[in-house]
Amino acid sequence: MPRRTDIRSILIPGSGPIVIGQACEFDYSGTQACKALREEHYRVILVNSNPATIMTDPELADATYIEPLTVESLERIIARERPDALLPTVGGQTGLNLAVDLHRAGVLERYGVELIGASAEAVHIAEDRQRFKQRMLDIGLEVPRSGIAHSLDEAMGVVAETAFPAIIRPSFTLGGEGGGIAYNIEEFSEMVEKALDISPIHQILVEESVLGWKEFELEVMRDRADNGVIICSIENVDPMGVHTGDSITVAPALTLTDREYQRMRDMGLAVLRAVGVETGGSNVQFAVHPKDGRISVIEMNPRVSRSSALASKATGFPIARIAAKLAVGYTLDELPNDITRETPASFEPTLDYVVVKIPRWTFEKFAESDPTLGTQMRSVGEVMAIGRTFAEAFQKAWRSLEQGRDGWGADGKDRMDPERLRERLITPTPERYFYLRYALQSGMSVDQIAALTRIDPWFLHQFESLVNLEGRIRAFSLDTLPPDLLRQAKRMGYSDAQLAHLLRDSQPAPAGGQPAGAQPLPTLAEQRLSAELAVREKRKALGIVPTFHCVDTCAAEFPAYTPYLYSSYESEDEAAPTDRRKVIILGSGPNRIGQGIEFDYCCCHAVFGLRKLDYETIMVNCNPETVSTDYDTADRLYFEPLTLEDVLNIVEVERPDGVLIQFGGQTPLKLARALERMQVPIWGTSPEAIDLAEDRDRFGSLLNALDIPSPEYGSATSWDEALAVARAIGYPVVVRPSYVLGGRAMAIVYDDASLERYMRQAVDASPEHPVLIDRFLEDAFEMDVDAVSDGQTVVIAGIMEQIELAGVHSGDSACVIPPYMVAPRHIETMHDYTVRLARALGVVGLINIQYAMKDDVVYVLEVNPRASRTVPFVAKATGIPWAQIAVQVAARGLNLADWEARSHAHHVALSPTSPMYHVKEVILPWARFPGVDTLLGPEMKSTGEAMGSGVTFGEAFAKAQLGCRHFLPIEGNAFLSVNDNDKANLVPIARELASLGFNLLATSGTAVTLRAAGLAVTSIYKVNEGRPHAVDYIKNGEIALIVNTPLGKASFFDERAIRRTALAYGIPCVTTLSGAAAVAQAIRSMRDDTWSVQCLQERPAPGRTSGE
Amino acid sequence: MEPGGMKRVDAMLVLEDGQSFRGRSFGAPGERVGEVVFNTGMTGYQEILSDPSYCGQLVVMTAPHIGNTGVNTFDFESRRPQVSGFIVRAHSRECYSSWRASGSLEQLLREHGIVAITDVDTRALTRHIRSAGAMRGIISTEPVSVEALREKACHSPQMEGLDLTGAVTCAQPYGWHEGSSEWRVRIRAGQVSDGQASAGEMVRPLHVVAYDFGIKNTTLRRLVDHGCRVTVIPAKTTAAEALALQPDGIFYSNGPGDPAAATYAVETLRTLLGRVPIFGICLGHQLMGLALGGQTFKLPFGHHGINHPVRYLVTGCVEITSQNHGFAVDAESLPSEVEVTHLNLNDGTVEGLRHRGLSCFSVQYHPEAGPGPHDTTYLFAEFVQEMRAAHAPWRSDTGCRDGCKVS
Repeated sequence: MPRRTDIRSILIPGSGPIVIGQACEFDYSGTQACKALREEHYRVILVNSNPATIMTDPELADATYIEPLTVESLERIIARERPDALLPTVGGQTGLNLAVDLHRAGVLERYGVELIGASAEAVHIAEDRQRFKQRMLDIGLEVPRSGIAHSLDEAMGVVAETAFPAIIRPSFTLGGEGGGIAYNIEEFSEMVEKALDISPIHQILVEESVLGWKEFELEVMRDRADNGVIICSIENVDPMGVHTGDSITVAPALTLTDREYQRMRDMGLAVLRAVGVETGGSNVQFAVHPKDGRISVIEMNPRVSRSSALASKATGFPIARIAAKLAVGYTLDELPNDITRETPASFEPTLDYVVVKIPRWTFEKFAESDPTLGTQMRSVGEVMAIGRTFAEAFQKAWRSLEQGRDGWGADGKDRMDPERLRERLITPTPERYFYLRYALQSGMSVDQIAALTRIDPWFLHQFESLVNLEGRIRAFSLDTLPPDLLRQAKRMGYSDAQLAHLLRDSQPAPAGGQPAGAQPLPTLAEQRLSAELAVREKRKALGIVPTFHCVDTCAAEFPAYTPYLYSSYESEDEAAPTDRRKVIILGSGPNRIGQGIEFDYCCCHAVFGLRKLDYETIMVNCNPETVSTDYDTADRLYFEPLTLEDVLNIVEVERPDGVLIQFGGQTPLKLARALERMQVPIWGTSPEAIDLAEDRDRFGSLLNALDIPSPEYGSATSWDEALAVARAIGYPVVVRPSYVLGGRAMAIVYDDASLERYMRQAVDASPEHPVLIDRFLEDAFEMDVDAVSDGQTVVIAGIMEQIELAGVHSGDSACVIPPYMVAPRHIETMHDYTVRLARALGVVGLINIQYAMKDDVVYVLEVNPRASRTVPFVAKATGIPWAQIAVQVAARGLNLADWEARSHAHHVALSPTSPMYHVKEVILPWARFPGVDTLLGPEMKSTGEAMGSGVTFGEAFAKAQLGCRHFLPIEGNAFLSVNDNDKANLVPIARELASLGFNLLATSGTAVTLRAAGLAVTSIYKVNEGRPHAVDYIKNGEIALIVNTPLGKASFFDERAIRRTALAYGIPCVTTLSGAAAVAQAIRSMRDDTWSVQCLQERPAPGRTSGE
Repeated sequence: MEPGGMKRVDAMLVLEDGQSFRGRSFGAPGERVGEVVFNTGMTGYQEILSDPSYCGQLVVMTAPHIGNTGVNTFDFESRRPQVSGFIVRAHSRECYSSWRASGSLEQLLREHGIVAITDVDTRALTRHIRSAGAMRGIISTEPVSVEALREKACHSPQMEGLDLTGAVTCAQPYGWHEGSSEWRVRIRAGQVSDGQASAGEMVRPLHVVAYDFGIKNTTLRRLVDHGCRVTVIPAKTTAAEALALQPDGIFYSNGPGDPAAATYAVETLRTLLGRVPIFGICLGHQLMGLALGGQTFKLPFGHHGINHPVRYLVTGCVEITSQNHGFAVDAESLPSEVEVTHLNLNDGTVEGLRHRGLSCFSVQYHPEAGPGPHDTTYLFAEFVQEMRAAHAPWRSDTGCRDGCKVS
């Protein structure tokens, strides 16, 4: 069947801001879908509120709307664009839910828009647990016993049948949000109440526990002719009970016989047919009883998913791309397999390697939160590694994670608590696999461990063989290590750094220790590096070097045409490097808070920019969720860990003209010095300049020399030093460890006592890792500047004003382009400082500078001579692909001064009379971390961002809020409770809210101030004052908006209760006054109802010339 | 010594073109020659090992981990492992895990004297065969020089022109009554998945006489699942002897070797054409092609895997099939009364044919799918339909002699 000609234009909703459970895999899938449909000459209309995506680049769609993903917003877009069809299956759960909402609201019918890829009915069956289960039972498949409940009473009735432990799953929530496992009645009641609340339809499923069963997933595709294929099987190493997004998974499934697998395959296809997924890809999850093989169908997603992104990267089969083509009428056999070219897409990929995915968590940022893994996903990113064997892939995956580990242990960094061994094996946490090592090392048997962890013994035996191998290696030193053993270790995935550690213990200590007056001891990091390089040298001398192999979908049965490679230690290398001019771009590794999709966007743009200069582009990355690891993004792709060893291996094979490290965030920067030492040609800003900007003292001297003010600062390696520095600077001070991204462990301290607590508990200060102490500029305005420099010419890309004041991490603050409350002379000052700093540092490429303004003085807070988190936002706001400009400058392929003269880009950024405002708002994962306070602070906690644009600041801000699904009220009661410092400044905001028609409620102190200003206000109790108090009001739905700035320690618990309740009940809670002022403007704009939607392609494009 | 106590012996695979691959022995000691073929299935090593069609071949598994689920009593396709040798990347030693396992792969191979080699760069080997074509090779666990081994490989028989059916066929006819039992996946709402007999067929079992050129247990189970009573007969049973068993239909099984060399079988099949419905698979399909006047040829490296897309030309649908063959029927050679019903979508070779006038059809792949996907079980149902529609002269509709035994 050929493509459909009765539809001409297709609307694709994206997935919005990055949240836990829905990350950049949907940029990857959406981007593939856009490309696939445009190839077929459909007019593609894309909507996504997330500016940090490749899919929202204006080149990828015919009309790109960076607008909120709400029914109202979509209706406006549909009314303008009148698309023939809507493809709801590539935008994650958000896209799917939005499509269902549009269908329910009658919008699709009203405008004659057809759903393609999944019908509303199929989506409904898949999503409505009750109907899904019934459908499964109807076709003769097993499902866990369960029942639906809409109330606690109903839930009690169900659990009487299904027994404990009971699984609770709210309907229609993301990533299993609000679900859990209850072991007793008390826990059950509590969890049911929460789950009912969080479900948008107040419905939950109470289910028989299949805890400890083996968990499998199939990625299934089906076309209109009812051809069905399985793209990939995925086995969860962690058995049922841990969300698949939080499990270590492996592809293909490794512990099923063919008979068992084929039975599951039949079921997978039957599930798609029964649900009614006519075309596209779906993910079906199964639980298999480890003792009798019973199979239970757990759930299915009638759309591309995180697992399908993984399956695509694991097999080379582009599920989203093919799903898009199937949605417009093609059948699988009509589409080619892009990798083999000669064979069709109607086949089942076969792997001759093993893929391991490991999630990345950030529990350290949510210290109050319990890190037990359960049915609610909490990881923020993941890595994928490919090896010829499970062991090899497993070790590679651990070192890909970038959590300071050189692999799965064997690096001297284990921190075990032997007392808790059994508990740590039984209860899954991010540390479980390290305890598992420890258990094996301490002689626990595989059977014992299997009984505690319920992990399949096959995997445990693999782990055991690793531990045994380590034992054999430890008996040697580097000099005595037999070459065969070294080769075996490399084949089992060990890094040189791990081997250096294993061999170190047996190295003789230098005789007599350090003689007096000798050179200072090298730092620990330098020692480690030298030891690692010594292993490398020996290995190479023995000819033990990696070989690269193609991901070819067919286990070498047919030739592959896309160089999409992984390393192993085999006998034949398939890399086949070309002799073209080429550049390696180092990617950003796993997503984490502080380093997310923005950096993948920059890496992709580096590829696009270099391609225009006719360079061959070579991407290195290990994050399967990304566009950068799509096989057709760069010319060549190495799916490898971003460690020194792995990068050097690639450099040695490819011999690139240059390596770019400034686009992938902190990940490649950490390698800069070592790469330089190994004579790797690094393009752009020098590693020396990067170091200089990070080194407080040297950078301080530079600022002094340039006569640029910055807050007083110091650094300390001990508590005594810290006290001295803090007192000299004067409280409050900002304290943080050196070399971190995203404000890890950063805090503002106001007195000696809290400084002491910080130094003793929060950080592990050492001469290697001093603690940085800066004066905290209270109530300062913060600004962020992005610029491109060639060392001489410096072009300002964008100046952003942060909405929240100093003290909130810039990554957690909303910001606006252009600045709306900054005097032109300060803009000029920032421009001047930026130019001088970029020149002084010799920046070639991107630079980001954070400024603060207090008492009419502009201070430099921080300089990052690399791509920043805000680059994509600035690019979308200005219409200029800044990362491409930067890469062309770094490649010396673009004369920045000439380009600027042609494009007047500079002028755009600095112009005070921009026709539009662009606001970036962030999204925070509070709901995933019960018990965590929702206050913003100097440590970044947001996972993603949305952008809103409008002709007024209020409109832009309102849209950004909607983009983050923060639904601001336009009427009702506003509850105000602020600290003494804020009281005076609250008055104009309260007045504005009153004039918008809000009734004001306030706690006593705040009420006094407001009454004094002549405002009508009702006093209500704080939580500890009496009843009914503020929390009662929230629970009763009597409060529509909360403004609550932190009052200090005394009322801490009171406020926290207010904020957590507000979160639970979805009441907007603003914790800064500047935020509150912005909210008031947004509400005014919403009440005026003047907002409109606009696509990027309609905007005047000042410099959309992206170089030549 | 490795954990587990068994000493690992070096072993080597040498190809007739002199390429050598080192690894370690994990089966019986000794030397075995054979044609080296690679199988790309990620599951099903036990079925593959015991598939008689692999007689005379050294089988390379492209999936790296083999032995993970051990071996069990149900998944054998014949009574013993049939491959001449087995070549893998990473053998799971004692660490197999499956609720059905009754022992380890290693143990099985040793017991049956199968030479096997692990730690081989199977990807490099596969790439070599893909580009250089199928060739003979030798696995040895003895410390012999590459050149000496190459010599032996070169002196081993060529697959082309080799009739191997005699080596694997049964000595005496026997009845088969076992079905797929609990492994029959029954999906309701018209989703026939794994050989479901339709209602109303339980009246009288059809008698299928199956020529054994290396028939697989799963095939026999599928026939039983479809309500057939099966008599398996030796490859050299004459047409008259076969007809004397009063079959409702005759089944031609898969098997090893060059179909063109099994001239006796082609002759018998030609005699049987038109007498009763005939269904052939794999070697049986090639014999059908030859008996109907076509020719066969050797493929460069054959089809061995469970992911081959085939188009069923009658419906236009694509089925994912299980394949294991080194020869194929030449489409050009077929007379006009023969219709090509199935085509391989990877290389366009003939995957199925049917005579326009006579009740006979065949497929190149393995519809029984042991191992492999169950997309093509419908063929057994078609065979049953053909048998029902045909009126075998000895068939009496007045009753059933066997007392309506239905398994």
